[in-house]
Amino acid sequence: MSDTLLWYTTRGAGAVSLILLSGVVVLGVLSALRVQSAGWPKFLTTGLHRNIALMAMVFLALHIVTAIVDPFTHLGWLTAVVPFSSYYRTLWLGLGTIAFELLVAIVATSLVRGLIGQGAWRAVHWLAYASWPVAVIHGFGTGTDALSGWFMVLSIVCVGSVAVAVVYRLGQGSADPLASARSDFRARVARRPDR
Amino acid sequence: MRTALRLSIDRIKCDGHGLCAELLPEIIRLDDWGYPIIAAGPVPEGLAPLAQRAVASCPVLALALALALQPTAASK
Ligand code: HEM
Ligand code: SF4
Repeated sequence: MSDTLLWYTTRGAGAVSLILLSGVVVLGVLSALRVQSAGWPKFLTTGLHRNIALMAMVFLALHIVTAIVDPFTHLGWLTAVVPFSSYYRTLWLGLGTIAFELLVAIVATSLVRGLIGQGAWRAVHWLAYASWPVAVIHGFGTGTDALSGWFMVLSIVCVGSVAVAVVYRLGQGSADPLASARSDFRARVARRPDR
Repeated sequence: MRTALRLSIDRIKCDGHGLCAELLPEIIRLDDWGYPIIAAGPVPEGLAPLAQRAVASCPVLALALALALQPTAASK
């Protein structure tokens, strides 16, 4: 394969990953908030959330593999695994490595949610809110296209929609209609002297 | 005795997402507050895969599918 083709693939797959992961975060927030309407049942949100996340992993794999086998930078496989181990753009590539490892943890734990239990899964899943911004900074820092017009528009749309979703998420708290009754109950149980 | 699949809900964990009723309306409906009510009796054979999918989709893992012994007329 020619070097230029590899380089184009890295950039293209990176941009696609940005779109998919932004969609995944927005869909995650929408499912946590139980957004639904007559034509959009909740299983559609969670199903898309899951399947687009899996699709994003495929594009990220393409993004990473083509970047590493590109002879122009000869990054080496260690770059994909050990953050900040690359001689080339150490900071920016290191952020990419961290974001990817967080994502792998999030997806892997989600696929075995039944085995590890809800609490552990939840704790790891919150890392999504760390992983996504780290990945975006990685892209801004090292992306060949970061300053081109189309990528700017794409970034504004992606960052904008995630920002709106997250602010909305923070404003809503829990979507459980019995949330206050539950925490009240837990507080009472905790106060019992014989426990 | 023979075995049959049974759906059960952990009422402490369930927080009324209602996803299960969307995916398995044949067996699960929601009460007025959005909490699930499971139809009495075992899960029909043909619905087992769909029931499994509903279990996997519950956001808080409150739904469970388990094999239970079921008394039959002959073995009573
Ligand atoms: C196989 C992959 C995945 C599965 C099965 C999965 C599943 C879930 C589930 C069940 C929820 C809870 C929804 C609710 O509370 O109703 C959720 C929430 C969420 N997910 Fe995922 N997820 C996956 C991958 C990802 C990835 C890769 C990301 C990050 C890019 C992500 C980001 C989120 C976010 C931001 C939330 C909202 C959390 C909150 O604010 O409560 N998920 N996901
Ligand atoms: S999907 Fe889970 S949390 Fe939602 S109503 Fe059904 S059992 Fe309860």
